Amino acid sequence: MTSEAVTRLDSASEAPRSVGIGLILRRLLRDPVAVFSLLVLTLLLIALLAAGQVAPYDPLRQNLRLRNLPPGTPSADEGGFPHILGTDELGRDLLSRLIHGARVSLAVGLGSALLSGTAGTALGIVAGYYGGRLDDLIMRLVDLQMSFPFLLLALLVLYALGPGFVNVILVLALVRWMVYARVARGLTLAMRTSPFIDAARVTGNSDLRIIRRHLLPNLASPLVILFTLEIAALILGEAALSYLGFGVQKPEPSWGLMIEAGKSYVSTAWWLTTFPGLAIFLTALSLNLLASSLRAISDPVQRERWLNAGLKERP
Amino acid sequence: MLAYLGRRLLQSVAVTFVVLSLVFVAGRILGDPVRLVVGIEASEERVQRVREQLNLNQPLGEQYATFIGDALSLQFGVSFWQKVPALPRVLERIPATLTLAAAALALALPLGITLGALSALRPWSRVDRITNVISLGGVSIVEFWLALMLILIFPVRLGWFKTSGYGGIEYFVLPALTLCYKPLGRIAQITRSALLDELAKPYVKAARARGLKERRVVFVHALKNAAVPVLTISGDELAALLNGAIIVETVFGWPGIGRLTIQALERRDLPMVEATVFVVAIFIIVTNLLVDMAYTWLNPRIRFSAAGDA
Repeated sequence: MTSEAVTRLDSASEAPRSVGIGLILRRLLRDPVAVFSLLVLTLLLIALLAAGQVAPYDPLRQNLRLRNLPPGTPSADEGGFPHILGTDELGRDLLSRLIHGARVSLAVGLGSALLSGTAGTALGIVAGYYGGRLDDLIMRLVDLQMSFPFLLLALLVLYALGPGFVNVILVLALVRWMVYARVARGLTLAMRTSPFIDAARVTGNSDLRIIRRHLLPNLASPLVILFTLEIAALILGEAALSYLGFGVQKPEPSWGLMIEAGKSYVSTAWWLTTFPGLAIFLTALSLNLLASSLRAISDPVQRERWLNAGLKERP
Repeated sequence: MLAYLGRRLLQSVAVTFVVLSLVFVAGRILGDPVRLVVGIEASEERVQRVREQLNLNQPLGEQYATFIGDALSLQFGVSFWQKVPALPRVLERIPATLTLAAAALALALPLGITLGALSALRPWSRVDRITNVISLGGVSIVEFWLALMLILIFPVRLGWFKTSGYGGIEYFVLPALTLCYKPLGRIAQITRSALLDELAKPYVKAARARGLKERRVVFVHALKNAAVPVLTISGDELAALLNGAIIVETVFGWPGIGRLTIQALERRDLPMVEATVFVVAIFIIVTNLLVDMAYTWLNPRIRFSAAGDA
C-alpha cells in the first residue's frame, strides 16, 4: 500500500505540463542528432519520389571505359556532372545508382512494413480482445516465429517462390507480422477490462466499433513507433536477402546487391562497397533515432525529462 | 517446476513438428522440388529418375507421412551435392557456429550492459546521447557491410588477421567482432530502459535515503533487477544471432551452419536444406528451454507460481 502511495505521489509531482507541437518541434530542432536524422529521411523521401529527376545519370547506363573510377572523377561528357561517388564495375554512376537504390529499399521497407503491420495488428487485436483458443493459436505461432531466425525463414520461402521484388515484399511481411501481433495483443489485453471499454460496451457499441473507435486510437502511438523500427529492420532484411542472391535481382539497383557486386573489388575500389553500406546504415540509423525520439515524445513522463534536458542545455 | 518443464517440453515437440511441416510445404508444395533440384533444362528422363528417388510419385499425404517418419528417425536422405547422408554433415558444422556465437555474446553482454548502464545513469545527457547513437548503430548496420569494412581496414590496409577461413585466432577475430555489434546494441538499449524503469521504483529511493552510495544503488540494487528483462530477450537474441551467422559465415567463409544453409539453398540440395533447418530448430528449442530454466530460477515469482500449478 505504501509503495503505491509513493508512486502516486511521484507521478503527481511530475505531472506533465500540456505540450504543444511547437515546443516539441523546437526541442527536436535543437537536438543535432534529431536534425541529422530528419535531414537524412527528407533526402530519402526526395529520392523515393523523384529519383529520375534528381539522379545525374541513368543508373543502368554502362560504359566499360569508365569502370571503377574513384570518387570525384570529372565527367567524360562535356560539362557533365562529375562522378562525385565514382563509378562501379560496369562504369555506371554510383551516386545515381544509390539514389535509385533508395527507391527500391524504401519501397520494399514501406510496403512490407504496411502489409505486416496491418495483418499483425489485426491478428494481435483479435487475439487479445476475444482470447480463448484463437488467442492460444495465434500466440503459439507468434512464439514460434519469434524464436526462429527470420532470415532463414525468408530464405526458405524465397527458395520455393523464387526471387524478385514483389516476392521479397510478401516474404518479409510474412516473416515479421508477429512483432506487431505481440505488441497489439499485449496492449489490447491490458485495456480490454478497463472502464472506458466497459462503458462503450454497456452503451451498446458493437465489437467492431469498440475496436475501431476506442481501442485502435490507444494503440496508435506504440504501433507507429514499432512501424518506424520495423521499416529499418526490413530495409536491412532486404539488403541481406539481395546480398545473398535471393532478393531483388540484377540489374535493379538495390543497395544490398551493390555491396555484393562491389565485394570482389574491396581492395582496389573501396567506394563500391563503402557508399551503399553507408546509405543503408544512415537510413536505418535515422529511422531508429526517430523512433527513439518518438518514444520519448509519446510517453508523458519521459517527455518531461526529454524536454527539460534539451531546452535547458542551450537557453 | 517439473510439471512446468514438462509442459514446455511438450510445446517444443509441437514446435519441431510445425517447423518440419513448414520445410515440407516450402520444399514440396510451393515449388516443384524436382525442377528446383534439376533445373529447367533437364531431360524428361532425368526428371523422372529424381522424382522416384525423392518419393515424389506418391500422393501428398503419404509423402508427408514418410517425410515426418524419416525426420523423426533422423533420416534426411543423401545430399545431392555432397553425395553423403546430409545430417552428419550438418552436425559437424555445429561447433564452428557455436564458438562464433559464444564469442560474440561474451563480447556483447558485458559491453552492452556497461553501455546501457552508463546511459541510464544520466538520461538525455550528452553521454546518453552518444551511447544511444552507438547502440542504435548496432541494430542499424548490415553485418555483411561491417564485415567488408573490417576486411578493408584490417587485412587489406594493415595486414592484420585473415580475411576468410577457419583455424586459429587470426581467423576468428573479425567474424566475432562483426557478429557482436548487433546484440551489443540491443542489449545496451534494453539495459538502459530496464534500468530506467528500476531507478524510478520506490526501493531505489529507499536505498538512496538510507545513504547508500549512488554507484552501489545503481550497479548492485537496480542492475540486479534489470537483469531479468535482459535475460528474457536472450531467446530472441539467439534467433537474431543465427540470422547474423548466416551472413557473417558466408562473408568470412566460416564453416558453420549458416554458410552450409546458404550453400545448400544455392545448390537446391533439398535433403541438406531439410537437415539444416531441422538442426537449427532443435538447437533453438534446446537453448530456449535452458533460458526458461535460468529465468525460472532467477525469478522466484515464476518459480513459485509454476510450483503451485504442479
